[in-house]
Amino acid sequence: MRFNTLVNIEKETITKDDIVEALEDVMDPEIPTISVVDLGIIRKVEIDDENNVKVLMTPTFSGCPALKIMENMVRDKIKELNVKSVEITTNFDTQWNSNMITENGLEGLKKHGLAPPPRHNDIVQIEMISKAACPLCGSSNTILKSPFGPTLCRSLHYCNDCLNAFEQFKPVG
Amino acid sequence: MNYSDKQLNEIKEFLYKIADDQLIIGHRNSEWTGLGPLVEEDIAFSSIAQDKIGQSQHIYEILHTLGEADADTIAFTRPAAEFNCSHLTEYPIGEYDFSLMRNFLFNHAEQIRFEMLSESSFEPLANLAKKYRGEIKYHTMHSDTWINQLGRANDESNTRMQKALNETFNLALGIFEESGNEESLKKMNIFAGENILQEKWIESVTPRIKAANLILPDKSNWKPVYGGRKGNHTEYLEPLLNEMGEVFRLDPRAEW
Repeated sequence: MRFNTLVNIEKETITKDDIVEALEDVMDPEIPTISVVDLGIIRKVEIDDENNVKVLMTPTFSGCPALKIMENMVRDKIKELNVKSVEITTNFDTQWNSNMITENGLEGLKKHGLAPPPRHNDIVQIEMISKAACPLCGSSNTILKSPFGPTLCRSLHYCNDCLNAFEQFKPVG
Repeated sequence: MNYSDKQLNEIKEFLYKIADDQLIIGHRNSEWTGLGPLVEEDIAFSSIAQDKIGQSQHIYEILHTLGEADADTIAFTRPAAEFNCSHLTEYPIGEYDFSLMRNFLFNHAEQIRFEMLSESSFEPLANLAKKYRGEIKYHTMHSDTWINQLGRANDESNTRMQKALNETFNLALGIFEESGNEESLKKMNIFAGENILQEKWIESVTPRIKAANLILPDKSNWKPVYGGRKGNHTEYLEPLLNEMGEVFRLDPRAEW
């Protein structure tokens, strides 16, 4: 028991990295193979000497209905650590774009069967969305069926080679 | 930056008209849920509705920080006369061609407005504008594609799209109705003005209308439908507001 107590005391110095690491387990409720960290929506994590934590988030899409849920998930996860308080702010001071998804995040999207968004130079052209590579067979012989899919962040496509319908996580500038 | 009370009211009026347009056309778009001619169109109109209503919400939240009521109260409890939306957004969904053409004309104006606002000196709005312009690109992509396909498909579709354009064009010109605050907003570097927006909009929609084998109404026939920005609305707005706010007003203090 004493040993455990000592360990706990040592663990009381929680760092920003500990929090980010914990948040890597908080998955997007609509795409459970990508974390909120890899999605790029956690913009800032701060912790003071008394273990008061502040997190700044920004939404992927301004009409995203999962935002409140994700705020709560982030709050609950951080509360599992030995922190005094958690304050979550969501704003548009930094505007999310699909380049903020990490490499690891792009892999996570593929695992969910989604074509990842191509990297862009702040400007998203129609050609980028219409030429998605099929996540099932890799072919680029695909067509865009609709820029709107089951959630705001996905578009609908069809692969002319493997004859499967698939979705892309949309590039957003 | 510190604003005088007068300036603050001008900014508020400006924010209200942008957000009200988005909320009302967003609600109209949502009325296609379950009725779209194709399942993809059902989803498209519903998604565009979700975007536009979400975008209006964040502008109402800015208004809340400026001393107005909270976003839900602003959206669901104001009487029609306190809305500043343009008449274009209020009309019932009509036939699919009407709704598509309305979106086409509105989306381009909205896209350009937020491009302009991304450089606004009013930072909370500039931040939103930088975000919205990327989202609205998908809305213009959607309406551009359909205007082009239906304009060129066959005689019937071309005739219907031309009729829709003739019906919506003067209403769309009403988007650019001035409120009298333009000079002041320009001086504050918040917005360059409705006239400039309208010019850019004409430049943007004209080649697309031509490419779709449609004819832009002749300038001599342009009769902008004004009134919305001053709180004078069509008979269609009040029933829409009644329906939209019905659940909220059952218990305004309910937690959602």
